[in-house]
Amino acid sequence: MSSSAIQIISRSKYYNWLVKNLFSSWVNTILTVIALIFVYQVGSFFLYWAIFDADFRYNFQGELIIDRGFCSKNIMPGEYGACWAIIFARWNQFMYGLYPIEEAWRVNLIYALLPLAIIGILFDKIPFRRYFIYFTFIFPFLAYFMLYGGPGLSVVGTNKWGGLLVTLFLGVTGIGLAFPLSILLALGRRSKMPIIKSLCVVFIEFIRGVPLITLLFTANVMLPLFLPDGVNPDNLLRALVAVTLFQSAYMAEAIRGGLQAIPRGQVEAAQSLGLSYWQTTRKIVLPQALKIAIPPIVNTCIGLFKDTSLVLIIGLFDLLGIGRAALADMTWTKLYYEVYVFISLVFFIFCFGMSRYSLYLEKKLKTDNS
Amino acid sequence: MQTNFFRKIIFDEKSRSLLIQTLVIGLFALFIYLITQQTAYNLEKRGISSGFDFLHISAGYDISIRLIPFTSEDTHLRAYFVGLLNTLMIAVCGCFLATIIGFLVGIIRLSSNWLFRNIAYVYVEFTRNVPVLVQIILYYSILLNLPKIKQAIVIFDNFYLTNRGFFSPSPIFKDGFSIVAWSLVIAIIFAFFLKRFLKKIQEESGKQYPTFMINSAIIIFTPIIFYYIMGMPLEFDSPVLKGFNFKGGMVIRPEFLGMLFGLSIYTAAFISETVRSGIISVSKGQREASQALGLKSNFIMRLIIIPQALRVIIPPLTSQYLNLTKNSSLGIAIGYADLVHGFGGISLNQTGRAIEIMMMVMLTYLTISLTISFFMNLYNKSVQFKGNA
Repeated sequence: MSSSAIQIISRSKYYNWLVKNLFSSWVNTILTVIALIFVYQVGSFFLYWAIFDADFRYNFQGELIIDRGFCSKNIMPGEYGACWAIIFARWNQFMYGLYPIEEAWRVNLIYALLPLAIIGILFDKIPFRRYFIYFTFIFPFLAYFMLYGGPGLSVVGTNKWGGLLVTLFLGVTGIGLAFPLSILLALGRRSKMPIIKSLCVVFIEFIRGVPLITLLFTANVMLPLFLPDGVNPDNLLRALVAVTLFQSAYMAEAIRGGLQAIPRGQVEAAQSLGLSYWQTTRKIVLPQALKIAIPPIVNTCIGLFKDTSLVLIIGLFDLLGIGRAALADMTWTKLYYEVYVFISLVFFIFCFGMSRYSLYLEKKLKTDNS
Repeated sequence: MQTNFFRKIIFDEKSRSLLIQTLVIGLFALFIYLITQQTAYNLEKRGISSGFDFLHISAGYDISIRLIPFTSEDTHLRAYFVGLLNTLMIAVCGCFLATIIGFLVGIIRLSSNWLFRNIAYVYVEFTRNVPVLVQIILYYSILLNLPKIKQAIVIFDNFYLTNRGFFSPSPIFKDGFSIVAWSLVIAIIFAFFLKRFLKKIQEESGKQYPTFMINSAIIIFTPIIFYYIMGMPLEFDSPVLKGFNFKGGMVIRPEFLGMLFGLSIYTAAFISETVRSGIISVSKGQREASQALGLKSNFIMRLIIIPQALRVIIPPLTSQYLNLTKNSSLGIAIGYADLVHGFGGISLNQTGRAIEIMMMVMLTYLTISLTISFFMNLYNKSVQFKGNA
């Protein structure tokens, strides 16, 4: 076949696609034109605002932007670009909060090690997976030591933590602590013992029936009332307690869904082989149930990660809290869109990544249906 | 003998489970006892009194967004009801708007037009992967950046969009309007029974009537006729700029609009996904079979696809409504005076009755949640398969 013939075929392929998907009928053609105009308007507006007309570190006169007065839109009337300089100026706070900047390498190290700690859980066909899993179990202690301090490292109180550090800390630790708790709750809810079952049901339904913000308030105001003198958890720890309990209830429901999908025959076969309840649960039921439940579990994790932004309301400085603090600074006021768009983007990257992972898993589970 | 006794307890399933449960309930009781003791001790030490008597003292703060009259002299109990009504108002409006946007986007996502489909996809991915709180605050700041009152954006001469909210004419009901309102109610009830009656005829004789058209006409025209009979008992009071603010008319505050947009745009993304998967779940054969029977395409959608899709859609839709209602508690971040902001925030700070107030707030949300799921379960039952009938 000559090259021109190939060209014709491939062109007709595109042509067919266009006709089928965009111009199949008069109505469709009109819709396409409307959509094109819409995309062009919104897209060009956003691109000009966010990139072409925007200031990054220097304004159009080439000066380093150190406060709002230097933004191009303040100098030139009718100029509407974004002023991203606030993000650069506050970068350290967005990443570490008030963490002493000479100690920030500790946070960076943990950020760098975090992917290594979770990669072993996320993917089952990577080389040396076993060592990654070992590392996962060491990581919490390492992270605690590096972030909080201890022998050889200066202590940095959690009141100094902030920004992405708090967001990730609450998200990752909340999920990590909630996971074992949620398995117990899910098993308890399916238990044959009426008292244990009803305790679990009441706990799960109560937590799922109230907003997270009331739990955060309760933990913040009432935890000190419940505890004896001398035991006074700091704000971050109180938020962590609320977040963990909240997440465990939602995760327990996801896991219960997985448990319900296991055929009775599996349990009966295991029992007839003489396995005890815990042996059956650990070796037969849970491995299968968790595998089925992973996509809904990941969905609850996405929800939790987004919900960590609520701690702003009880006075913690997560990403959103740092953003609002930056806006309260007189030199940077009124750059709302820049700050909130940046925060949205950070959350989007994490949550979109997790939802892609969940989709990948669903596809994988569909193919190797063992 | 004794070892036998213990063996029996540990290896007999019944007595073992009894033992475990006794232990658990004992530990639980001990836990509760210790916590209440400690709390009572702590409260006493800090000089915090307890009880619900604070509900009857005057609140001492004002609530700008309210459905029932409220002044700073009114009691905390009244503040509670003002907050509760605000929570319910935003929840109902939010669910309504979210359902409309969600169904629309869900259907667009199944459109045959590639561009349309993908615009909806981008909308869904961007709104559901950004925390609802960030979105509420973002939309609120956009609303606050609208022009000042003097340079208000005017829509249709009588509506004004400003940074202090959306000003619109308010209706004034003159006497006789209640008759118009009642005529509407009676028309709706009549239409309901007419529909049942016509359906019965259809089931018995197979004769079809344009029920939907007839009923729409009844519901629309009855109040209009009565409106003219009663001498047009409705007038509008338009907002007029006087000094630094508008006089007359009514205003929807930016706090409410920010909450409404944030909650409904966020939740709509999730609803659109459930709608999409619901419609996909109806098997292709159903559509083909109804086409083979010669049904028109809007009948196929209304009589075949949607009733079956609803079975799949309703349960996740319920949980989205519950989520929206719970997320309405985020009003505190932008100053929307809901239950958590007014009663759970300001009243708590003023009286210091943290335990009582948080308990009341939580129980209220639990009640709302349980009520919503109760009614949605009823509705769900009505759309499920009904045996062989």
